[in-house]
Amino acid sequence: MSTTFSAGDIDRSKGDFFFPERNKYDAGYGLTESTIDYICDVKNDPDWVRDFRKRALKVFHDKPMPTHWATRDLENIRFDDIRYYLSDGQKPKRSWDDVPEDVKKTFERLGIPEQERKFLAGVEAQYDSEAAYSNIQKAVSDQGVIFVNSSEGLKEHEEIFRPWFGKVIPTGDNKFSALNSAAFSGGSFIYVPKGVKVKHPLQAYFRINSENFGQFERTLIIVDEGAEVMYMEGCTAPKFETSTLHSAVVELVAMKGAKLQYVTVQNWSSNVFNLVTKRGIAHEEAEVKWIDCNIGSRLTMKYPGVIMKGRKARGEVISIALANSGQHQDTGAKMIHAADETTSNIVSKSISIGEGRATYRGQVHIPRHLKNCKNNTECDALLINSSSRTDTYPAITVRGNQHATQHEASVSQVSAEQIFYMQQRGLSEGQAMSLSVNGFINDLVREFPMEYSVELKRLIDLEMEDSVG
Amino acid sequence: MSLAINNLHARTGQRDILKGLTLEVPSGEVHAIMGPNGSGKSTLAKVLAGHEDYEVTAGTATLDGADILAMEADERSRAGLFLAFQYPIEIPGVSNANFLRAALQARQPEGVELDAVAFYHKMYAKMDVLEMNRQFTSRSVNEGFSGGEKKRNEILQLMMLEPKFAVLDETDSGLDIDALKVVAQGVNAMRSPERGFLVITHYQRLLDYIQPDVVHVLMDGRIVKTGGPDLALKLEAQGYDWLKEEVLVTA
Ligand SMILES: Nc1ncnc2c1ncn2[C@@H]1O[C@H](COP(=O)(O)OP(=O)(O)O)[C@@H](O)[C@H]1O
Ligand SMILES: [Mg+2]
Repeated sequence: MSTTFSAGDIDRSKGDFFFPERNKYDAGYGLTESTIDYICDVKNDPDWVRDFRKRALKVFHDKPMPTHWATRDLENIRFDDIRYYLSDGQKPKRSWDDVPEDVKKTFERLGIPEQERKFLAGVEAQYDSEAAYSNIQKAVSDQGVIFVNSSEGLKEHEEIFRPWFGKVIPTGDNKFSALNSAAFSGGSFIYVPKGVKVKHPLQAYFRINSENFGQFERTLIIVDEGAEVMYMEGCTAPKFETSTLHSAVVELVAMKGAKLQYVTVQNWSSNVFNLVTKRGIAHEEAEVKWIDCNIGSRLTMKYPGVIMKGRKARGEVISIALANSGQHQDTGAKMIHAADETTSNIVSKSISIGEGRATYRGQVHIPRHLKNCKNNTECDALLINSSSRTDTYPAITVRGNQHATQHEASVSQVSAEQIFYMQQRGLSEGQAMSLSVNGFINDLVREFPMEYSVELKRLIDLEMEDSVG
Repeated sequence: MSLAINNLHARTGQRDILKGLTLEVPSGEVHAIMGPNGSGKSTLAKVLAGHEDYEVTAGTATLDGADILAMEADERSRAGLFLAFQYPIEIPGVSNANFLRAALQARQPEGVELDAVAFYHKMYAKMDVLEMNRQFTSRSVNEGFSGGEKKRNEILQLMMLEPKFAVLDETDSGLDIDALKVVAQGVNAMRSPERGFLVITHYQRLLDYIQPDVVHVLMDGRIVKTGGPDLALKLEAQGYDWLKEEVLVTA
């Protein structure tokens, strides 16, 4: 085992480094029924999971690529050149001291143990296919909160896990939810019992270390009546020559009066295909809020959604996307109103730099038979260069006349005069752009927990410095 | 120590705007530039500041001997050149305080953080001189400011950045007489033996409050006349026509 950084290691942005692989389990290239069997055997999956995966594999193969509406770049994913499961065969550790040296160093460089000490109620750190570290504060687990990886969740807590698993996002929702359902490994399972309000956030970090690899974590969070939790996830991968696939499924369930906030700060390297399905169900008077920041990747397709199933349920998506040259952020939100007096709010801001491309796709659905539903949609795009690109596809289907909806969209550009003005005050071109970009998203950044907003600003500064060279 | 401009020629597109402009402002002095609309006053200011729309085709400009024309716009600023814009730009989302902080931070040596407490003390003190409400610190730079508020904000930036040379481009336009006095007070507070000013104005009025040592007249891209403060009074009374004739005669 080697614990030194590889020669290709670059420290410019925190995530761009990797360690040599030392996998005990490697499912090999491509995804077939025998790959599924291999994964099930290694993970010791119960039969119902093996069946679930195999059915999903068929759906995945049967479903065409959604290129009739999405980018043709999807056709460049080489499913046969990807490895679908990699792990060193160790169980997740409860103490960082027990985590293998290279993995520990990785997460230390990403600042995870430090954040855990400072402000987190629990952490799960996933390295390729499996969690390497998983810990929850005793005070929190004593309240009955469960925070484990999904493999453990489905085995140890089947009675809570199984009724909701695959129910918020059915296998056949889209080609990539089917792919995840077939190959899933890792991700979190959280259960917060009735009335428990978890004060500090729970955090997961998803790290890809290996080349030609696909990461398919699966997260299920159930917040029982009147309970509250905030979950944060971060993700990075090194920059390899070949492309990497990340395809997660995240299902959230907020029972009556529950509050659930899900915060993402992703900073993928620029050759990751990031194709993620995220959706929550909000029961009566419950609130599901997605706070999402997408930086990096070659292509991100992600439209967090909320199904407002109970009266007075609320759904919210706050998202920031930053597309640099060679990147396409295809993001948005889905709000499905399925009960009276439900309220949804979408605020999306995208920034396109250089040849970068940002697409917003929104779907708001309010059927005719409902009363007094509200939606507010606001999407703003900022273009940094004349070659930058943005597209907006809002689909708002509101039937009946008892609802209130509001939709605003804007496209603006950082003008040469603004940059000159700031340069005249001594800021470099890169600093001037960073300042404008930070100004553009300032009100959304405030929605992120403080610790994350600092990180967010730093990541944006890095992107801007890069883009002006 | 001086801002020295020699035989400066500048153009935009196919059009020559500055046609051999020569001028020197020693540190400690205030020079005024007057001239009819369209004579090239703002162009001179922007060429000095390094605006990319203008191409310098001949001539030199030095700040304390350093060739500023070879510098990027931001380097010129950090070298000590300040331009108060005729039309200040709005920067949505960036608060005035953050903008000033960033500008001052850019002047700090590598790795040295600006002292935030000292910064706010200084900013509030300068705002008091300019009779600016504290709420302007958290408002976006120039966004929704009235014409007069924008001009005050330019002078606030000048007072915070303490440049070696300041070019003020029609800082008086859009100001009522009370605001004009306040702005002039700010500028006068900044006058010092180490600092030079080039005050561009269309009207003599400003020069009642910011008294110049020298007055230049800019016409058609050249300095056509230089004199004392009385030259400004004469222009105010008689307009530019007599000068145009004089220029024609000598040309
Ligand atoms: N960027 C530009 N593009 C084209 N013409 C310009 C530009 N800047 C200035 N000019 C022209 O140059 C002349 C001088 O302009 P300016 O320097 O703004 O004059 P002043 O400030 O003395 O009124 C004007 O005729 C103006 O239209
Ligand atoms: Mg002008």
